[in-house]
Amino acid sequence: MEKKEKYIEKALLVIALSSISALALIAFFIFKEGLPLIWKVGVYDFILGDRWVPSKSEFGIFAMIVGSFWVTLGSLLLGVPLGLACAIFLSEWTPAWAAVILRPTIQLLAAIPSVIFGFWGLIVLVPLVRNYLGGPGLSILSGSLILGFMILPTIISISEDALKALPPAYKAGALALGATHWQAIWRVMVPAARSGIVASIILGMGRAVGETMAMIMILGNAVKLPDSFLDSARTLTTNIGIEMAYASGDHRQALFATGIILFFIIMALNSTAIVLSRRRVR
Amino acid sequence: MKINRSRYITQRIAKALIWTAALSTILVMFLILFQILKDGLPVLSLEFFRESPKNMGRDGGILSTIVGTFALTMVAIFVATPLGVGTAVFLREYTRESAISRVIRFGTDCLAGVPSIIFGLFGFVFFVIFLNMGWSILSGGLTLAVMILPTIISTAEEAIKTIPYSYREVSYSLGATRWQMVVNVIIPNALPGIFTGVILGVGRSIGETAAVILTAGSSLIMPTSIFSPIRTMAVHFYILAREGISMEMAYGTGAALILLVLLINTIANWSLNRYVRNKA
Repeated sequence: MEKKEKYIEKALLVIALSSISALALIAFFIFKEGLPLIWKVGVYDFILGDRWVPSKSEFGIFAMIVGSFWVTLGSLLLGVPLGLACAIFLSEWTPAWAAVILRPTIQLLAAIPSVIFGFWGLIVLVPLVRNYLGGPGLSILSGSLILGFMILPTIISISEDALKALPPAYKAGALALGATHWQAIWRVMVPAARSGIVASIILGMGRAVGETMAMIMILGNAVKLPDSFLDSARTLTTNIGIEMAYASGDHRQALFATGIILFFIIMALNSTAIVLSRRRVR
Repeated sequence: MKINRSRYITQRIAKALIWTAALSTILVMFLILFQILKDGLPVLSLEFFRESPKNMGRDGGILSTIVGTFALTMVAIFVATPLGVGTAVFLREYTRESAISRVIRFGTDCLAGVPSIIFGLFGFVFFVIFLNMGWSILSGGLTLAVMILPTIISTAEEAIKTIPYSYREVSYSLGATRWQMVVNVIIPNALPGIFTGVILGVGRSIGETAAVILTAGSSLIMPTSIFSPIRTMAVHFYILAREGISMEMAYGTGAALILLVLLINTIANWSLNRYVRNKA
């Protein structure tokens, strides 16, 4: 019996290590495929080179980095105020009937596949942007708008948890000092919950940087440095998503190398968010 | 007095803005569902679900993609559930907060944030090429399993956390070993929570496109074994819409996908609510 218990404990430990091993395997295989090309092209030329012509073996992903940056920034401009407002609404101001509608809506927003968002963007947003603002319609603006909604569930759920985890004395104290409900929220509760809120924004950012399918459908995928938010663009993720279907040799390695850069960005964002939310717990 | 009044005005403006934000979120979600269902629902018919795609998806239905989606999801769930529940049991019942549990938690949190295209690249080079499984249900299912693992771990852990300590004490006092306690007390009591996690994993598997297209392929042929390549509904929808093969069929597949997601979401909510009520 003793022996059996020991074996079971060992087996469970092995199982429990599966997620961290998976992460290590992912990193190992992506680096193994992509690193040789980065060395070949040169780190500097790969990251800051703005020519991506696989047929001529020119691999520079600067345009994609810039594309990812603008689309992510745009999505935050929409997603952060909207998400924070919804989180405040849900934790402080909701009449019961409104919560009954808003909560499932947000769950649904998280559950709807990204291809559906992409399709809706393509049939509704893209023509709107093209007709009223000009340009090809397949643009950074359309992509940011869709992405802003896609990152809402992340921002809302984590910010709401942060607001709800505050000791009730914070709000009670502010109200007792004569603050209005809004002053209590904006001057006391939001600042007190800020590490959780910032963590939610960073995780939302990670989602935005990592989104692929919806962006392939909406961004237009041109490989060039965008001049305005009405220009079409290509991100790190869409570069991989579009070209993996037919790439081989150096070209395929270059896509894995793009994956390495993406992996670095995501890991930096994730670790920051994890550290921030740990701090909140303490 | 003047200052006093202005802060109530500020409050009123803030309230109005927040209501606008909440309502516009609801409105956009509604618009997305409405505009796809409006053109998609009329395409749905019994034949649409009973026939496989013909002419690259221009005609016929979506049967083979439904089978593909189902098979892929099953593989993912069967692999990820034992791993996820095992991890949760280990974290909650076999170890205190320690270096090892911190490493495991960090790994899980990071894995949860990895974008699906990275899972796709990994699945392609590891399962498809390195382990020589080819584009297949197995490669795709295993890739999805890794992807949904964090969801299953965290919901199972939450479920185990809510089990009162006295349950464990009673079990031990009856002479049960730790493992007997886990099997007879922890797992049965955590089952509804575990189920919720599995349903969430199913939802994610069904909607996933980027990782699946790189690991399971996009074949329209009806699969015969788990080594067959397949195309899932989400991938089919993507290819129809992006390559402009048939807008009508794209709308139909999109509507079917939305209905499926709505159904799964309802089940998840129902199981979660029942679980919360039972615990209260």
